[in-house]
Formats: sequence, structure tokens, C-alpha cells
Amino acid sequence: MTDRVWDILVSSFPRLLGYGLRVTLPLTALSFSLALLIAVIVAMIQYAKVPVLRQLCRFYIWVVRGTPLLVQLFLVFYGLPQLGIVWAAFPTAVVVFGFNEGAYMAESFRGALESVSRGQMEAGYCVGMNYLQIMWHIVLPQAFRTAFPALSNSLISMLKGTSLAATITVMEMFRQAQVINGRVYESLALYTETALIYLIFSTVLTWLQRLGEKKLDHYGGVK
Amino acid sequence: MSMLEIRGVEKRFGQTQVLKGIDLDVEKGDVVAILGPSGSGKTTFLRCVNFLERPDAGTMIFDGETFELSSIRRREIARIRRKTAFVFQNYNLFLNKTVLQNVTLGLTVVGKQKKEAARETAIQALERVGMADKLDAYPAQLSGGQQQRVAIARGLATGPEIIYFDEPTSALDPELIGEVLSVMRQLAQDGMTMLVVTHEMEFARNVSSKVLFMDDGRVIESGPSKAFFDSPKQARSREFITNILKDR
Repeated sequence: MTDRVWDILVSSFPRLLGYGLRVTLPLTALSFSLALLIAVIVAMIQYAKVPVLRQLCRFYIWVVRGTPLLVQLFLVFYGLPQLGIVWAAFPTAVVVFGFNEGAYMAESFRGALESVSRGQMEAGYCVGMNYLQIMWHIVLPQAFRTAFPALSNSLISMLKGTSLAATITVMEMFRQAQVINGRVYESLALYTETALIYLIFSTVLTWLQRLGEKKLDHYGGVK
Repeated sequence: MSMLEIRGVEKRFGQTQVLKGIDLDVEKGDVVAILGPSGSGKTTFLRCVNFLERPDAGTMIFDGETFELSSIRRREIARIRRKTAFVFQNYNLFLNKTVLQNVTLGLTVVGKQKKEAARETAIQALERVGMADKLDAYPAQLSGGQQQRVAIARGLATGPEIIYFDEPTSALDPELIGEVLSVMRQLAQDGMTMLVVTHEMEFARNVSSKVLFMDDGRVIESGPSKAFFDSPKQARSREFITNILKDR
């Protein structure tokens, strides 16, 4: 490696890391929170078999899972302005990522809800609890435990997916790498460096997942 | 007047009529064994009585209040359930809760009891079933017999007027059946009103005061257990009892 490349790497690292911490991570956190909210609502509507809303949820999952994320980003950011709907790049990314991953997470979460035995719900009714009380105290906690690995997967996939926001002008870590590269033309070195920072971030998330699973695994060995 | 009067309960699943008009009178302190071959509808009947299945027809008089079963309101169901308890074949303990929490949950959430009071009530109930030494265990750490005893305590703690048991020992290993039956026998001696769907003939004969014998969605015979076992009136009952005794 030449001194020049080394200098570029050393000087770009704190910049890239800075964008990672200040943009990529918050973008991930916000999008994931939105996705989680959507997933829980959509999964519960289907679990409870709410008429009409349930069909709407199926439709949402069908459309979002059946179209590419990149196309969704472009549609909202470049397409919707023609209808007079103009959002800034960052909120657009949050909304699109949230709705996109939310569809996948809704399915994970629905599966987890359905894995909680219906007998526990009957037992809840028999001690006098109503539907919401049973959901809150019995079904949701167990479903979260079951869905946790799948949801962690989604989080990590979303972290990496935020790099797509570069295509709609969000100045996040990958976009910043592109900008630096535009000045110095060291694609191999810079994109390797960027990839490494993503790897560090996702490694930390994997640790957190393991920690979370340990903390949640307190039902006496019940999965 | 009887504490619980049930008349003409009917239930169909699709094209199959599972219950074809079941009547039952339960007096306070009665232990009614509901007997019958598999598929006779006894579990469905018990589930209908606590509205885990919605009956298609029938009436219920409970504590002097009359309910039309096919059109009963959710609020009325909730009111009836607060006076009853249900013990399932598969225990159905809340898997994310400890033994103590399984029993207190209904008390704090439904009964709006303070935590401390609920804890005391729960421990008393758990003492009655001999499970007060496992307060912090999770259901997965218990044997089937222990889980079923906790489930009975969960029902007892709410102070029910009647407890429904749906084949409470059918999922248990043979050596664990005894501990559950002895708890039930003790409850019967304490005067608890119980409706028990069971295959335990020993229990039906020696502990229950009444028998309701069902076959093919109908009541074939009902009356005092002694009379039922010693001198069954119907040919079908005789056949059933003979078959059971033959298996021993």
C-alpha cells in the first residue's frame, strides 16, 4: 500500500465513522422504530382477524414485499413530488425503510404471535381477563421473545440497507465515501474501509442481540 | 332452587351436531362427574358452559339469573366467568409467568387487588394444592402434575362458586395422576362445587356425588353416582361401565 492510500484511509476514517454515527445509526434507529410499530400493529390486526383492516394489511405486505426497496425510494422521493407531495430526503428514507422492513417484520411477528398457544388465551379468559389484558400480559411478551432473533435480523439488514439512502441524496456514510472517492479515486481502499465500518456496526448489533436474548430467556428454558 | 340449571344446550360444528340438548342441575357442594365415551360431547358441553364455545341453543340459570345461551352478551359472560374457574387438560399455565404470578395475575388485573393482598391470597391457594414451595418456578420447570396443581390454585384464588375440570388428569403420566386427584378429592371434601369431565372411574365412583353420562351428544343417564355405578338404568350405561371395568 502506498503512503498516499494510507494517508487517505487515515484521514477519511474519522469522517466516515462520524457520518456513520451521526447519520447512518440514527437513520437505522428511527426507521427500525417505525418498522417495529408498524409490524406490531399489522401483526396484531391479522392475529385478531379484524375484518377489512386485515385485508388492508395483507395488501400492504403484498405490495411492499413484492417491489424493490430501491424502486420504492425513487418512487417516493422522485415520483411523489409530481403529485405535489414533497418530503426532504432524510424523512423520506425513514418512512420508506420503516414501511419496507415493517412488512417483513410484521410477518415474523405474526408467526410469533401464533406460536403462543391459544390455550393460554382461553385460560386468561377463564380468570376473567379481557382480550387486551391477555395480549398485554401473556401473548405479547412471549411473542416478543420468539420474534426477537428475526427482529434482530431485520435490524442488521436495515443498518446495511440504509446505504441505499445515498441514491436519494441523503448524506450518510456510504454517500460520504462516494464524495471522498470522487476527489481521490481510490475506490478499492475507500469502499473496503466503508464496508469495514458497516461490519463493526453490525458486529456490535450482533453482540447486543446475544445480550438481549440472554436477558429475555428467563421462562425457565422455554423457547 | 339449584345453584346452576342448564337446559337444552345444543352445539354444532359445521354439519355435525355435537350436543343435542343437554340438561343439568347442580346444587351447591355437588361434585358432578361427566362421563362418556370419546366423542360423546362431554368436553364440548363443559366448554359451552363456560363459553369457550358459544352454544347454539339452551338456557342457563346461575345464581338465580337466567341467561339465553345463544345470545348471551360479552359482559354477561365476563360476569359469569368471575364466579367460575376452569381447569384444562393441558394446564394452560401462562408460560412467561412464575407460579406465583400465574395465580396473582387474575387477582391484580381483574380483581384490582393490591399486590400484597394478591400475593397472600395466592400463597393460600398454592398451599391448598401443595405448591407453595415453588413460588418462583416457571411452568417449564415443573412436572405435569405440579403444573396442573398450580392451574387449580389459579382457579381457586379467584374464589369461584364452581370449578370446571376438563379431563384434568388425561395428559398426565400415570404416576402423577394421584397427586392431582387427591387435591380434587380434598376440594370436594371442603364442599367445593365441581363439574368434572373425566375418565377416572375411581374418582367418579368414590368422590363425585352425581354422574352425567353422555353418548353421541345426548344425556343417557344422570343421577347419584352410587346408583349409577351400582344399578345403571340404561343398557348403554351398563355397557359403558362393564367395558371400563373389563379394562382394569
